[in-house]
Amino acid sequence: MAAIATPLQQEPNLFSRLLGRPTAAVGLAVLVIIAVMAILAPIIAPYSPTKLSIAARLHAPDLQHLFGTDDLGRDVFTRMLYAARTSLSVGFAVVVFSGVVGIVLGLTAGFFRKLDTPVSRLIDAMMAFPDILLAIALVAALGATPINVVVALGIVYAPRLARVVRASTLVIRELPYVEAARALGVPTPVILVRHVLRNVTSPILVQGTFIFANTILAEAGLSFLGVGISPDIPTWGTMIAVGRQYMDQAGWIMMFPGAAIVITVLALQLVGDGLRDLLDPRLAKDI
Amino acid sequence: MLLLRSVLNRLLGMIVVMALVATIVFVIVRVTPGDPAAVMLGPDATAADIAALRSRLGLDGSIPEQFWRYIVGVVQGDFGQSIFLNEPVTAALAQRAEPTFFLTVFSLLIATVIALPVGILSAYRRGSLFDQAATTIAMFAASVPSFWLGLLFIQLFAVRLGWFDTSGYGGPGASFGDRIAHLVLPALALGLVSSALITRFTRASMLDVLNDDYVRTARSKGMSEWRVVLKHALKNALIPILTVIGLTAALLISGAVVTETVFGLPGVGSLVVSAVLRRDYPVIQGALLVIAGLYVLVNFVIDMLYILIDPRVRY
Repeated sequence: MAAIATPLQQEPNLFSRLLGRPTAAVGLAVLVIIAVMAILAPIIAPYSPTKLSIAARLHAPDLQHLFGTDDLGRDVFTRMLYAARTSLSVGFAVVVFSGVVGIVLGLTAGFFRKLDTPVSRLIDAMMAFPDILLAIALVAALGATPINVVVALGIVYAPRLARVVRASTLVIRELPYVEAARALGVPTPVILVRHVLRNVTSPILVQGTFIFANTILAEAGLSFLGVGISPDIPTWGTMIAVGRQYMDQAGWIMMFPGAAIVITVLALQLVGDGLRDLLDPRLAKDI
Repeated sequence: MLLLRSVLNRLLGMIVVMALVATIVFVIVRVTPGDPAAVMLGPDATAADIAALRSRLGLDGSIPEQFWRYIVGVVQGDFGQSIFLNEPVTAALAQRAEPTFFLTVFSLLIATVIALPVGILSAYRRGSLFDQAATTIAMFAASVPSFWLGLLFIQLFAVRLGWFDTSGYGGPGASFGDRIAHLVLPALALGLVSSALITRFTRASMLDVLNDDYVRTARSKGMSEWRVVLKHALKNALIPILTVIGLTAALLISGAVVTETVFGLPGVGSLVVSAVLRRDYPVIQGALLVIAGLYVLVNFVIDMLYILIDPRVRY
């Protein structure tokens, strides 16, 4: 009874609830710092990312070059800031691309019974390809440009999202309010967007965060192999590939970009875990 | 009867997925902007050269004709001829299968051997210092790119300590033992990273079942703790764990592509990377087909294992 008598309190928004979780808050703070540094790269970077200086090549980290210089005398810290722009933009674009494709496929499979089997089989077939391998093949076919890398990784990760959306849609489809909307003659596209999609945003958000993290790792892998974004554009993966040749004498060239990948992916995972715990208690079992 | 129907259902599903996999691979090569043959030969190629290569790549004739020839070839195990290696793709893949196979198997073994006990103990001692440390390390490990970890291992264990060779597969005529020794570092790098996912899922699955009634009943019967955990709880937690181990096998193949390049292993992964750099489409096509096909097969086997482990599971 007491609960009924208590005036209704507005539930704090998702962002505040996320900040209430220490690990997720740390992850979010780290991501914000990295994103701000990436956006402000042209202002805060001490050097040009492409300026060569043979005199300063393989310079060890010191006050002048915080993270040292690479084989062509370029400042590693500066290039890392610019690489963060590439990695985060690619990650974000892949989440959007795979989100759109995954939602359309997932809603279609989950909502329309007749289409479930063919779309689900297509999703199964797409998921049979290891992510980097499929991405390599797609980039090889489409051409190695940043947009094609986004398209390739988007195609790779869309089925994962589609699977999650399908599973949630299958449950929502049977709920009374969807049935009621149908009985009232609400058009199917409206039901899909207003009643179904709105209620599957939680798993999409959680999965999207993990796709972001996976994309950072996959893009770095592609760039490292030389089959991703052109080596002229600084990425953490290409920086590691360069540093690999100088591991003995200038380990910093590959150490710092590697650490940047680990920190970014870890931060994304912390946020993803926090979101999952908040939004999807069924899955929250402290995985 | 029900069991037979389940197996047949899954078998049929597998065949459909395999057919779709083959279709996707067919499409990938054909989405190349422009003419793949012209792209491969470069701007100086003559029209006759391009036409000859088109025919060799199976790109001549109408799309349905190409598709029919391709499917017939795939069914017969003929994935075409490598343009640069000048040998059948199946032969090129077979020659390079050993390092990839053992790398994947060893990595999976390392990952499972670490992850199962850690995940079980973590769940059993939920909230303890061990659990917190294990969860944190697992999350950290999942964030490390395996190729970067591999480079760090090369630097530490091969260059500094001199315990292993920095790269390669022992060279021509190397003994089996020598070849396997070259897989220790790459398998460790891949296995450690992959153990994170299995640890997290093992812990979650165990947590799920440790509070179930039948576990409490087993305890109340006076059964020893390790029997309760290993016999009653683990058996019931095995299905999600098996799923994630199967999934990890696929991730490992992805990881192997990059790791093989780092460690200079002459496996399928490095073959694919060099094929991409040389635009050797038949090799890319064949490798995709074989690896995705293997993945579908592994998943089929895992589904069959579900039926064995849990008699309630039917498809």
